[in-house]
Amino acid sequence: MTWEFIHYGLGRWVHILFGVMWIGLLYYFNFVQVDAMKKAAADTPPTGAGITKHVAPLALFYFRWAAVGTWVMGAFLLGDKIDEAFLFREAAYVPIGIGAWLGTIMLFNVWVLIWPNQKKILGLKPASDEEKAKARRVAFLASRTNTMLSIPMIFFMSSSALFHRGLFGG
Amino acid sequence: MKNPLDSLWGTVISGLVLTVVLYYLARAIMGG
Repeated sequence: MTWEFIHYGLGRWVHILFGVMWIGLLYYFNFVQVDAMKKAAADTPPTGAGITKHVAPLALFYFRWAAVGTWVMGAFLLGDKIDEAFLFREAAYVPIGIGAWLGTIMLFNVWVLIWPNQKKILGLKPASDEEKAKARRVAFLASRTNTMLSIPMIFFMSSSALFHRGLFGG
Repeated sequence: MKNPLDSLWGTVISGLVLTVVLYYLARAIMGG
């Protein structure tokens, strides 16, 4: 087994596995859970307790650690070209560099904005009703921001190998 | 003005617009 196979074959495979779990759960939250919880809260009596207690904490666990795994494996794939990508030093690394920046901003949002506020919302960290309402809004907007950023991020991640075939005019 | 991120469609459309903007930005940086 060559280093090239481990680096680009297995490395890309694991990067994509983590990425599917991360973005899959992000889309679950945004396309399914937010709307479902609104409907559950409107029921009499409210029916969302099981989701809050059993589904959301488990989904958030895999979500936030898959985000770390995706980023670490992405950095591993870039290897010693990581500075070329992040600093746009070489034209060939501009598309993947933009994808890497988007992924990094999204990882920041997961750990700094979404997870600490979700802990208050789910009752894993004590918070007043006012703090919970504010946390709900911040976590919601950060999650929606990540959904928005995932669209160009996946474009640049999946198309960066095509730049030399003219997609980016190169 | 309403925040486009409050709706799913607004979020998806914002993402598509951002993709187009970043695509042309990438081309400009690459000198294409």
